[in-house]
Amino acid sequence: MRFRGTLSRQRRIVAVVLALLLAGGLTWLLVPGETPVRTFEQRIEVVDGPADDQRVSLDTALHVPETGGPHPAVLLGHGFGSSKEAMRPQALRLAAEGYAVLTWSARGFGRSTGEIALNSPDYEVKDTKQLVDWLARRPEVRLDAPGDPRVGMAGGSYGGAIALLTAAHDTRIDAIVPQITWYDLADSLFPNAAGTGAAEGVFKKAWAGLFFGAGGADVRSAALARTAEGGAARGEGPAIPQGTVQCGRFLPAICEIYQKVAESGRPTPEAVELLRRSSPSSVQGRVKVPTLLLQGLNDSLFPIDQADANAKAIAATGAPVEVAWFDGGHDGGDGEADRLHELTRGWFDRWLARESVETGPAFAVTRPGGRDPGTRRLVLQITGADRYPGISGTATRELSLTGERQEIANPAGGSPASISSVPGFGSLLGGFAGASTALDMPGQSAVFETAPLTESLQLTGASTIRLRVTPGATVFVKLYDVSPGQPGTLPRGLAAPVRVPASGEVSVRLPAVDHRFGVGHRLRLTVTSTDMGYATPVAPAVYQVALGSPTLTVPVVDELGGAASGPPWWTWAMPLGAVVVAAVLLLTGRRAGTPAPADDVAVPAREEVPLVITGLTKRYRNGELAVDDLSFRVERGQVLGLLGPNGAGKTTTLRMLMGLIVPDAGQIQIYGQKVKPGASVLSRLGSFVEGPGFLPHLSGRANLKLYWQATGRPADEAHMDEALEIADLGAALERPVRTYSQGMRQRLAIAQAMLGLPDLLVLDEPTNGLDPPQIREMRRVLIDYAATGRTVIVSSHLLAEVELTCTHVVVMRRGRLIAAGEVKELIASERHLEDAFLTLIGDEA
Amino acid sequence: MTVKTAPGYRPGRTLPLRVEFVRQFLRRRTLLMFGLLLLLPWILAVAFMVGRPSQGNRAPNLSDLATASALNFTAFTLFVSVGFLLVVAVAMFCGDTVASEANWSSLRYLLAAPVPRGRLLRQKLVVALTYSAAAIVILPLMALLVGTVMFGWDDIQLPGTGQTLGAADVLPRFGIVIAYAMISQLVVAGLAFYLSVTTDSPLGAVGGAVGLVIISNIVEAVEALGVWREVLPTYWAMAWLDVIQLEISWAGMIKGSAVSVSYAVIFIALAFRRFRTKDVVS
Repeated sequence: MRFRGTLSRQRRIVAVVLALLLAGGLTWLLVPGETPVRTFEQRIEVVDGPADDQRVSLDTALHVPETGGPHPAVLLGHGFGSSKEAMRPQALRLAAEGYAVLTWSARGFGRSTGEIALNSPDYEVKDTKQLVDWLARRPEVRLDAPGDPRVGMAGGSYGGAIALLTAAHDTRIDAIVPQITWYDLADSLFPNAAGTGAAEGVFKKAWAGLFFGAGGADVRSAALARTAEGGAARGEGPAIPQGTVQCGRFLPAICEIYQKVAESGRPTPEAVELLRRSSPSSVQGRVKVPTLLLQGLNDSLFPIDQADANAKAIAATGAPVEVAWFDGGHDGGDGEADRLHELTRGWFDRWLARESVETGPAFAVTRPGGRDPGTRRLVLQITGADRYPGISGTATRELSLTGERQEIANPAGGSPASISSVPGFGSLLGGFAGASTALDMPGQSAVFETAPLTESLQLTGASTIRLRVTPGATVFVKLYDVSPGQPGTLPRGLAAPVRVPASGEVSVRLPAVDHRFGVGHRLRLTVTSTDMGYATPVAPAVYQVALGSPTLTVPVVDELGGAASGPPWWTWAMPLGAVVVAAVLLLTGRRAGTPAPADDVAVPAREEVPLVITGLTKRYRNGELAVDDLSFRVERGQVLGLLGPNGAGKTTTLRMLMGLIVPDAGQIQIYGQKVKPGASVLSRLGSFVEGPGFLPHLSGRANLKLYWQATGRPADEAHMDEALEIADLGAALERPVRTYSQGMRQRLAIAQAMLGLPDLLVLDEPTNGLDPPQIREMRRVLIDYAATGRTVIVSSHLLAEVELTCTHVVVMRRGRLIAAGEVKELIASERHLEDAFLTLIGDEA
Repeated sequence: MTVKTAPGYRPGRTLPLRVEFVRQFLRRRTLLMFGLLLLLPWILAVAFMVGRPSQGNRAPNLSDLATASALNFTAFTLFVSVGFLLVVAVAMFCGDTVASEANWSSLRYLLAAPVPRGRLLRQKLVVALTYSAAAIVILPLMALLVGTVMFGWDDIQLPGTGQTLGAADVLPRFGIVIAYAMISQLVVAGLAFYLSVTTDSPLGAVGGAVGLVIISNIVEAVEALGVWREVLPTYWAMAWLDVIQLEISWAGMIKGSAVSVSYAVIFIALAFRRFRTKDVVS
């Protein structure tokens, strides 16, 4: 019998459909449609060179939103060795966000003609100025004045430097976002952490080689491409100009200087001068536009200090500058592509579109944020400060290093060399925090250590130390993080190359990093004579290395909020809210024993009456009445038969009697107590309704025993032996119930109902499945039971059985009471109870 | 006659915990589940004997270090069980408890005994949670024993960095791990218990709770959800790994506990609300 109708199921389906529609609608509202972008590919002819006499054809693409306009423009520059194609995805994305984005292959790259001049003011800068002229003529581009478009520049590395240099040379540039680029190319390729300048710097040979190689990599394919476009039709073969085999597409003058440097491993004045001309350092104070500097933490080519120098130079002009150190750079890492895009777009929204948008903290640093609790992948955490402090930190900590003077050897030929990072391969090695490829060759390194840290230390910026190295030499200084029992890790694989002058004592600025040293870790300063990435003296030598001062000065930026904040508010609010919701759930809703209308009627004391049913009504969920205004009364000592055809509502009535289902109206009183779920008067009721219910894995005896224990009543009240006698199971009593036949379960269930000899015994079809002798026995038991002053209610469709067993009878049909009274009286009117019954229920039988 | 109840009947004495423990313990599925939990560490140990974990260049994970020590082995055993096996165990103990009584029809006789409905749920919940807790305790204990026998008692090597921590220092931390594992399973327990009250099918209740975990795991993989994933019931299930680090980080476990406890409280309240007036028709 189920009280769940189809109505509620329909309602549930409707609710699910509504929820899905709502979710779909929200998605539609929240995810904006793509703005269509139109792309124009064209070649733009420019004139450059020191004398403005060189014609160059630049391969360009303009991406503009199809709707609206005119739009602010953005020039997106590509990295070294790449071309405009590499910028297409980024350009399309920016264009879809409302910008006219021009990408171009710089001279000497891709399908553009000309030779690489390393972002020279005479060449590339002149080119981009003419691209700005071109943009000013486009109808899609917003103008500030005739010939002056509203334009920003962005790009990484080579493309970042051109943004800085163009901004210095062309006042029409309104905002720039240079990424992972240089301030001084000479200092980048000839670094010197002793601060004595590039002229005395250590040649970064591995990176320089890669850099130079990238400029020649596509020489043949480019030549072929040019031929395919123009020459092939005229039957010319691919023509590779003289010297390109060695110099690639570099300007011959640059090529020559490089080769001289690479051969000697020492900077030449011409090289330094050439590189300076291609550097923002040569136009210091001339970049005066809002600048967002995005520098990679994993970058041994253009380390953090390059962005720092740019930031200082631009900020000195009063222009707004913001700085982000992200997990990326030329040595790889996450890259944070989406975030960098958002930052770039935000910067242009603010300074080009002039929207009042927030552009995040003035200084942001990406830190390892542990693992994602869901995916267990390493995640990044962005910390921010309101002010860019530079690489000297907002405060410093002084740590004491210990270590005697040590001798280190410079191997002949500079090999084998120690390793700090492998240029260009950092990304393959995972790069992030944990994995360190650093390796120091034995005999070539001096080591100085701090004591284990008693509290963690978040280093942000460049530490400094004084060293004494004799005789003057080239050494590499690294700061390792050493945890107990482990080889140290070199944060970001960065080493500081130092050219120590003959005097022997230098102040060394270590590479700027952001790194957390945990409790118990030591900081280890290592000084090595070699590094694979740099050119080192080939002559064998022995250096004496000692600390000039034991104090290692470490910059910190506490404003970045390194200290762990407490758990977020919702960690306490959510459980609290849940408790409130739970309390509301428990205090509202239909409650057991909600007064039904009939309750209001004053009921006289009926404590001696076993059962009084008044106006009992129960409706199925579909509205049909299962029991309809049923009233009757059972007196002590009666054996009452509850008779009726299937569906008459007998079992529903008995279930209400047991407090299993709650009546819609009316009430049941047992010994004067109103029945509701769990009413304690039910303890005087023994019941067997609609089949037995046992734990199939337990024996019959265990079932009865545990059931009695579950009632919580004393064992001597159970009258277990009398009950077991009725069950008459013999040895089967010790077998699991699941092995029982239907009849055995039936008898065990009746025995369970009779446990404790209840004052009111209710049995639903008790003789089902019993054989005739057992039926006769059962009949005797019930009559005897009533004879002790207790009361028995039997529902049965075996009319003859009722006639033989019962003293009184209640006849039901369709939930209604049809007749009630003594069996004798009913028989008196008809010859037989069965006839009476059939007469009463009419054609239903 | 003035006696209102049967002699010796007191509502507060019905369905004593001891009786419910016995009723549940003698069930085959209870014994099978505990057997499986006790056997699993042995199976894992044998698996590791067949093929030793390789140590590559990358940062070692829990699996690489599983045979390093008894504690490592225990951590690994928990790592592979928390996501599913223990979920099934908890869902079974909490989901089966009322639904199986309904299924056997014994529920109506308990209610007519009468065991008051609130008390019946409370006693069943206490017993189910106790069995669930026992399952969560017994597995690492067995793993510790197996690990000690097979791989020796040694300092633990931390995943990710390979650093070592003294066994004596780390052992108490496993108390935290187990406690957190219990708390994080509360959400499963709560849902299974609620389903147990609403359905007559034990399989439906257990399956429903396990299904929730599966769905939650799938949704969790959608990183586009961002911070919303943090309120998924399983998102913080592995936060106890933060204990097996040089420095314990509590943030994940605090959030995970908040989420799990919140869901559990609501589910359990729903179960009581539903059962209080439910028409028992099974």
